[in-house]
Amino acid sequence: MVFFALPFLGLLWRVPWGDAWGLLTQRSSLDALRLSLVCSLSATAISVVLGVPLAWILGRVGFPGRGIVRALCVLSMVLPPVVGGVALFAAFGRRGMVGGPLYDWFDVRFAFTTKGVIMAETFVSMPFLVLTVEAALRGLDRRPEEAARTLGASRWYAFRRVTVPAIRPALVAGAVLAWARALGEFGATITFAGNLPGRTQTMPLAVYLALESDTGQALVLSLVLITVSFGVLVGLRDRWLGGDPGTLR
Amino acid sequence: MSLRADVGVRLGELELRAEVQVRAGEVVAVLGPNGAGKTTLLRALAGLLALDEGRIEIGDVVVDDPDADVFVEPEHRSVGVVFQDYLLFSNLTALENVAFGLRARGRPRAEARAEAASWLDRMGLGPLARRRPRELSGGQAQRVALARALTTEPGLLLLDEPLAALDAGTRVEVRRDLRRWLARPGAATVVITHDPVDAYALADRVVVLEEGRVTQQGPLTEVTAHPRSRYVAELVGTNLVAGTVVGGVLRADGGADLVVPGDTPDGPAFAAVRPSAIALHRRRPEGSARNVWDMTVLDIDRHGERVRVRLRGPVDLVAELTPAGLEALDLHHDEQVWASLKASEVAVVPADRP
Repeated sequence: MVFFALPFLGLLWRVPWGDAWGLLTQRSSLDALRLSLVCSLSATAISVVLGVPLAWILGRVGFPGRGIVRALCVLSMVLPPVVGGVALFAAFGRRGMVGGPLYDWFDVRFAFTTKGVIMAETFVSMPFLVLTVEAALRGLDRRPEEAARTLGASRWYAFRRVTVPAIRPALVAGAVLAWARALGEFGATITFAGNLPGRTQTMPLAVYLALESDTGQALVLSLVLITVSFGVLVGLRDRWLGGDPGTLR
Repeated sequence: MSLRADVGVRLGELELRAEVQVRAGEVVAVLGPNGAGKTTLLRALAGLLALDEGRIEIGDVVVDDPDADVFVEPEHRSVGVVFQDYLLFSNLTALENVAFGLRARGRPRAEARAEAASWLDRMGLGPLARRRPRELSGGQAQRVALARALTTEPGLLLLDEPLAALDAGTRVEVRRDLRRWLARPGAATVVITHDPVDAYALADRVVVLEEGRVTQQGPLTEVTAHPRSRYVAELVGTNLVAGTVVGGVLRADGGADLVVPGDTPDGPAFAAVRPSAIALHRRRPEGSARNVWDMTVLDIDRHGERVRVRLRGPVDLVAELTPAGLEALDLHHDEQVWASLKASEVAVVPADRP
C-alpha cells in the first residue's frame, strides 16, 4: 500500500500549487491537453469500431490458426511501446512498406503527424478493448440471439439489439481501459509521430520534455494524468475489478 | 401451413433420424425421455441447426435439404419458437419483447408496438406491458414468450417443454390456457414434452421419440393402448380417462363413473391413473377404495420386473403388478377380475376438449 501511495504523495508534495493554474493554462500545456484528448478519444472510437468486430471474429468464428491471430492482435499490448513505434514506422513511415505508396500516390502521411499519434495510440490501446469484449462474448449465453433469429432478426439485427446490450458493461469497460491506455501512450507515439508541439506533442510527451526545462509544468501535467487515470479506475471498480459488494451504492 | 420433415442430424453421441409430419391446423406432441433428441429436432426445424441428411418442408417451401444445398436461415423461415426457459430479452419490456419480431421484420416502431399491445391485451397481459422479464411470474413470462412467437403469425409454431419451468399450480392453469392458442387454423404446431399429460392436454397426436428414432405415433390414447416400447409402456402407459366432473365424480365418456378427489372443480376434465395404483382382486374387494369395477383380462404383458395387465370393463384400464403378485392371483387371458382404485390416486386435469 505504502509503496504504491508514496510516489503519488511525493508528487503532490512537490507540485507548486501557487503557480499550478498558470502552468496548466499556459499555451504549451493547453495544446498538449487538447491534443491528448482529441487523439485518445479518436483512438478509442477507432478501437471500438474495429475492435468489436475483431473481438467477435476471435470469440465466435472458429478458424484454423485462431490462437496465432489472437496473439498477433494483442502483441502490441505486451511489446515495449517503443518497439511498436519502430514497427509502425517501418510499415507506415515515409519510406515504409505501406506508408511509401500512400504518400506517393495519395499524399497521405502518418509519421510525424496528428494522424500518426492517433494511429500509434490505437495500435497500443485496441488490444485492451478486444480482450475485454472477446471475453464477454465467449461467456455470453447465445440462446437469446437464437431466439432473436427465430423471430426474424438477421445476424446483424440480433447482434445490435440483443448481443450489444448484453455485453455493454464489458464494452464500456474495454473502451475506458483503451482510452486510459491511449491517454498515457508515450513510447510508440514519440517514436512514430515525434514530439512536435501542437501537432504530436501529447501530455506524456509534454511532461517528459518539461521535466528538462520546467519541472513545475511537468508536475502539474502529471497530476492531471494521475487524476484522470485514478478516476477511471474508481469508475470501473464494479465492472472490471470485481468491486466490493459491501460498497455498492 | 403443413410441416413435412425428415430430420437427420448427428450431434456427439446422438444420432437423430426422425420423420415428422404435421397437417395445417394440427397440434402434434413429440414425446420422449431426456436425451432422445427432442430439442435437437426442434432446433433443426427452427433452422438453428443444419441437417446432415433429410429434408424439411414448411408449407410448400423447402427450408433445409443438404442434398440440394438448400438451407434457409431461421429468420427467413415461417417459424415461431417458445423456448423452454422462454429466453425473453431481459433488457426489453414485455411490450418490446412482443414487438421484437415485427421490428426485426422492418415494421415501423409505432405500428409494431400497437400490434404487440393488442396481442398482450388478447392474452390478458395488457397491464404488464411495461414490466421487464424479471418482474414477471413464470406463467406470465410464458404467455409473453407465446405472444412474442405468435405476433409474426408463423406457419409453424414450436414449443419446447412449454410447461416444464412452471410450478404445479401454475401448470394446470397454463395448460388449460395454452390449448386455446395452439390450435390455429392453417398453421402447424409441434410441442416438445416429456410429460404424457401435457401431450394429451395440448396435442391431437403424439410422435414418440426414443434414442433419435420415432418409435410410435398416433392419437395418444391409441399409443398408450398399444405400447410398442418399454418407454411407452412405462411412462406413457398412464391410464387416461376423459369425461366430465360433476360433484367429485368423473363421468367417463364411455359411461362409467370414477370417484375423484373431492376438491376437483366441475367441468370437462380427464383423469390420469398410474397403472401401479390399480389393485386387482379375485373377489369383490371390501375396503376403503371408492372405485371398484368388474373387469375382463384382455392380455398380460411382461416387462422385466413389471407385469402389465390390460383390462376391459366400464373403463378400459392398464394395471401393473409384480410377477409375484400375478402368480398369487393366478390370472389368465379372458378371466374375470375385480379392479379397485382409491379416489386419492386419481390425478384430474381440467381440459377444454370436446
